[in-house]
Amino acid sequence: MTDQPVVSVRDLRVYYGTIRGSVRAVDGVSLDIAAGELVGLVGESGCGKSTLGRGILGLLPEGAVSSGVVAYDGMNLVGMSDRELRRLRGPDLGLIFQEPMTRLNPLMRIEEHFTETIKQHEPRLDDASIRRRSLETLGRMGIPPTRYRQYPHEFSGGMRQRIMIALALVLRPKLLIADEPTTSLDVIVEAQILSILADLRTNFGTALLLITHNLGIVAEACDRVAVMYAGKIAEEGPARDVFTEPAHPYTAELLRSTISLDTEVLHSIPGSPPNLIDPPHGCRFYPRCPHAMQVCPAKDPREQILADGRRVSCWLHGPEAEVPEGGTVPLEKEEIGVADEA
Amino acid sequence: MRPEATEESPLLSVRDLKTYYSIRGGFAQRLLGREAGHVRAVDDVSLDLRHGEVLGLVGESGSGKTTLGRTILGLVRATSGSVVFDGNEITAMSERQLRPLRRRMQVVFQDPHASLNPAMTIEQSVGHPLKIHKLASGTEYRQRVAGVLETVGLAPPEQFMDKYPSDLSGGQKQRAAIARAIVMNPLLLVADEPVSMLDMSVRAKILQLMVDLKREFGLTYLYITHDLATAKFFCDRIAILYLGRIVEIGPSEAIYEDPKHPYTKALLRAIPEPDPTRTVPRDLPRGEVPDAARPPLGCSFHPRCPVAFEVCGWESRDLGDLLEARWALEQEAEYEAERGLIENLGDLREPRLEVDLRARNRRGADILELLESARAGDPAEPFWRGVRKLDAVGERVEIRWHEPVTPRAIDVDGVGVECHLYDDEALAEATRRRSVGVEEAHVTEPG
Repeated sequence: MTDQPVVSVRDLRVYYGTIRGSVRAVDGVSLDIAAGELVGLVGESGCGKSTLGRGILGLLPEGAVSSGVVAYDGMNLVGMSDRELRRLRGPDLGLIFQEPMTRLNPLMRIEEHFTETIKQHEPRLDDASIRRRSLETLGRMGIPPTRYRQYPHEFSGGMRQRIMIALALVLRPKLLIADEPTTSLDVIVEAQILSILADLRTNFGTALLLITHNLGIVAEACDRVAVMYAGKIAEEGPARDVFTEPAHPYTAELLRSTISLDTEVLHSIPGSPPNLIDPPHGCRFYPRCPHAMQVCPAKDPREQILADGRRVSCWLHGPEAEVPEGGTVPLEKEEIGVADEA
Repeated sequence: MRPEATEESPLLSVRDLKTYYSIRGGFAQRLLGREAGHVRAVDDVSLDLRHGEVLGLVGESGSGKTTLGRTILGLVRATSGSVVFDGNEITAMSERQLRPLRRRMQVVFQDPHASLNPAMTIEQSVGHPLKIHKLASGTEYRQRVAGVLETVGLAPPEQFMDKYPSDLSGGQKQRAAIARAIVMNPLLLVADEPVSMLDMSVRAKILQLMVDLKREFGLTYLYITHDLATAKFFCDRIAILYLGRIVEIGPSEAIYEDPKHPYTKALLRAIPEPDPTRTVPRDLPRGEVPDAARPPLGCSFHPRCPVAFEVCGWESRDLGDLLEARWALEQEAEYEAERGLIENLGDLREPRLEVDLRARNRRGADILELLESARAGDPAEPFWRGVRKLDAVGERVEIRWHEPVTPRAIDVDGVGVECHLYDDEALAEATRRRSVGVEEAHVTEPG
């Protein structure tokens, strides 16, 4: 990992209480993000990627319990009071959501959104400075000053998302988490937003976590990628390496099943992701894994660091010393019934 | 666009189809009986769909792809034009006349969570069409439902028949929705973004099912999507839609290997691919799909087109956008000074080919200087090719644009393209206008 990370997550767990039991949405995740680094977090719906993003910022709904460490600027954000967290949100921690329309107040002009946000954290800043700073940030996102006094409905979807990004950036947060920021946008606009996000690294030195289900976005925009499956990080490392030569079978299967312009044969992962109330023992992917061995359901995989600095949790990568006698014998799997298919 | 005639008559034939939605204006306008205009959701579309063929309607939001699909199904009334399905002209049919045809044309929607009735079991949902059309009852009904569930991969069917949609995963729900669509053995299946809401690992399964159904039953598909990757895999032919018009249509291979329309090229470049050697593309068209209620003059794509020229439809609003883009990058003081120069900036909000910008307490030459500085900042900007005349006269600047030419469908090696770049007449017209000469911008002193 590079120099001093802006945020350092260690063994983070987030459980949701439900009637059927507790859902282990995030189950022992560790992740570092350095200044000026764009880290992609990919996984299918229900894998816990959004919960992880919110867990890092302490933005969890009621009924969620978290434990572990989110180290930021010498503090642990886990267990911090709402009041203290609120003070950090904005100037330190920022979040960009998926649907920009629902996050802007339709009755407030863009100007009022900015004034309110800035005054919240810097009450003594004068109006002229607020205006200058807002216009400068908006300008970098390609929003002209002529539109500063307009209402959210007067903007297109892509412009609204750029306004949301500007609103998050105007306080210069050190850590920004973007949760599916382009999912509801058209493909050309999506690419425009991604190039803006990629530029934040150099222009603002922001540490950025980009949560998405789209592997293509991560491959093109991110420095590093963490692949999440059933509440855990299966594999994490430089995006280029992970995509060129995936180390975890889940990453490989996910890449194979993605339909791209090069797809000639369709491939899908058999079965469906487990429920997180009672996930499979051992490796959570073993029931769907083409390489499952005897050891996989028996013991939790241990995280290994590969030569290129990649982290992977899969028994295929050892440690051999901990694999019991006969552990590498392929697992006889029960036929996956169509009923369990997604 | 007129596809070439084939020996066999097509299953579906659409000609000059227009579907306009009228916009309801404010209260006063309605009181006075004035119309506030209309949105050309589908604007002069022609296409053919042969038996057993898969045609992709590809476009971004607001391209009119869904409205086109719904008009073809008779769910939305066409404003004009014709839709002939299996020998029947359906645009003028009443709901009652349409009903027997509906058995042969079915639809699968994007959101499987919303398209199944949560209060009906899977058996009831999937069997509902059989009941409505009184096609089966009793044992035969149950057998047909069980059979179709098995066909779509919901097997054993007994395990699913009594379940409710909430018991099923997203992929399973979409399978059930497909089962309901094919239970009456339709000829045509309109699939409107059927895999867009599903996870990556599930998309392939549903797409595979659709491929299998095509093989097994010879189904003909109209595949509506914004996703060029699944369209490439699934479709025999592709129609690219932009603001209600087909800008390019042809065999999939030709479209993907050698895209012709600048919009198709941009779309293909913008798709994020899971290829580690690629980076985010930087040379993308600016802006977004414009408001269909106020479409650009000439070619709808011209404001975003990197290769647009004289006759493509440059106009006043493009100058407004150009100035705004410049101002977004300027310091506040610079912007205030430049903006304060122009008195009637609002005139750039209406589509016009002639605009006189008035200088506020200054001379027209000052505005001309601003415009020339914008041009010097980016001389390659295609907007300037559309400017016919730029003159400072006293307190104002006169700006005149070339008369736009509306693009028409041109056949290029079997691919239909609506772009002036491929139209010899439009190219010749542009050359003629260039030779007449764009008068050099100059300042005329009054009197």
